[in-house]
Amino acid sequence: MRPLEGQVRIPSGCAISAVISREGRCMSGEGIVASMVPMRERSNGLGGGFAGYGIYPDYREFFAIHIFFDDNSCRETCEAFLKERFDLVWAEEIPVRKIPEITDEPLIWRYFAAPLQSALRDMQVDEDTFVARSVLKINVALKGCYVFSSGKNMGVFKAAGYPEDVGRFYRLEEYEAYAWTAHGRYPTNTPGWWGGAHPFGLLDYTVVHNGEISSYDANRRFIEMYGYTCTLQTDTEVMAYIADYLLRRQGLTLEELASVIAAPFWSTIGTKPEREKRQLSYLRAMFSGLLLTGPFSIVLGFTGGLMALNDRLKLRSMVVGEKNDLVFIASEEAAIRAMEPEAEHIWAPAGGEPVIVRVREGAY
Amino acid sequence: MLHINASGLEAAALNETVRRGRGDCEITECLGQRFIGAGLDRGHIAVRGIPGNALGAYLSGASIEVFGNAQDAVGDTMDAGTIVVHGSIGDAAGYAMRGGAIYVRDSAGYRAGVHMKAYEEKLPVLVIGGRVGSFLGEYQAGGIILVLGLHTDGKPITGYFPCTGMHGGKVFLRSPCKDLRFPGKVTAREAGGEDLEEIRPYVAEYCRLFGGDCAEILAGPFTCITPDSSDPYRQLYVAN
Repeated sequence: MRPLEGQVRIPSGCAISAVISREGRCMSGEGIVASMVPMRERSNGLGGGFAGYGIYPDYREFFAIHIFFDDNSCRETCEAFLKERFDLVWAEEIPVRKIPEITDEPLIWRYFAAPLQSALRDMQVDEDTFVARSVLKINVALKGCYVFSSGKNMGVFKAAGYPEDVGRFYRLEEYEAYAWTAHGRYPTNTPGWWGGAHPFGLLDYTVVHNGEISSYDANRRFIEMYGYTCTLQTDTEVMAYIADYLLRRQGLTLEELASVIAAPFWSTIGTKPEREKRQLSYLRAMFSGLLLTGPFSIVLGFTGGLMALNDRLKLRSMVVGEKNDLVFIASEEAAIRAMEPEAEHIWAPAGGEPVIVRVREGAY
Repeated sequence: MLHINASGLEAAALNETVRRGRGDCEITECLGQRFIGAGLDRGHIAVRGIPGNALGAYLSGASIEVFGNAQDAVGDTMDAGTIVVHGSIGDAAGYAMRGGAIYVRDSAGYRAGVHMKAYEEKLPVLVIGGRVGSFLGEYQAGGIILVLGLHTDGKPITGYFPCTGMHGGKVFLRSPCKDLRFPGKVTAREAGGEDLEEIRPYVAEYCRLFGGDCAEILAGPFTCITPDSSDPYRQLYVAN
């Protein structure tokens, strides 16, 4: 039997793409799927995925939990676990389109859920913490069950396959989002399982990533001290947990997150004004175990915005463009032009320079 | 001249068509197709749209003109010919090129001219009109990199760590480079009359292609960076 993902280490290449409306205007998934077509050579058919924000307005107060199951007995076990902890207001199979390019699919379900108040009181935690712990518990302890999306009014859709086929499979043209991210995967020595495709998410944080984090194990050891368990050995899983830890639990800003994971070299910090030097030095020292070394370009998705970031040496390409209220981010300009031929202000952010785009307050 | 509408064409099919046209062609609606003109030794290729990575890789004498931006690794390992880009280009422009010329109207990304080299009569030239990212001329072994700093966005002419590992060739930056830190193994000095004569033809060609006042650009000031021959890299990997 082939080893499952998580039993071998998986370095990866990849393509990323994203679009967001600063006005909170909703777009169908067609555009983001089309953006992945010119970058087909960056993937190898072993993983593709998308995250959409604002797609479940009717259930916006509920956590949307997407789960892969190996079979129905796994599903029954998992549903029993969920019912002990959550009020499940809706459960269904995620509608898919059967196409020859996508095969061997697991059972793919989604649940709209609210944590039981009694369970929250018992554990004395807020609902985000409760949901994050429940997700990690399922992924670690329940065999044949894998939660791949767990935020409110957002969702991850991913599979083994080329991203444009994955988009058709999940019928993304039927969803409307104010922000989309996308990923095409090129794992180079992998069994390539559905759960290992990007985006990786926890709560509403999602990460799509092009690159290869050489500090993976140092980062993993650090983050596992804080209750996260890395089940898949992919660097991107670690990045999703790092984002959750630094943003939600430590309360860092996005800019500070960027200064931790893509910290400038000490020689560069030395050239900065005193106040900035103190702050950068503090972040590097305080969270030294979360510095990501090696090449990456990522897009971090969250409720109401996106952040794009390159590694400090800029060992992966990434460009940004705009058109009216839309901002585009992609590994290649061609992907942006596929979404908007008349995109303007095309530019390449410097290594370690975060590009943060937020939807106007109240518009999402 | 052959006209090719690249819409929906995969890179392999597009490049096969270009080769059949013996190089003389105009490509429209290009969208990310890679390796356009790779290895071609003759003809002229005009590209409208966005050519994919490694445009003109191993170029061997043909000329390529892009009416718009180009992506990463333009002119990768090219040997002869010219590439003209009426826009900006991505990272690693002119990667390991050893001959021919690349002219870029606007700016270039990281690692422009990485590992450029020269060989006998071959002298590659990379001319960037605007600014460049970090690691300009990384590991440069030969050839000329010329950055004109005509950009207007107020950003510095180059990012961090220019000329790291440089051990041959010359870099010219149209800037006094007061705040720039160069590695210890290179020498940065204000360009003199002889230097300016050396780059005059390239500046003139830039102005012919894209417009601009050659004399005004040449008025500089330029900084010329060369390896420090009294302090070469040696015994870095082996003991002899």
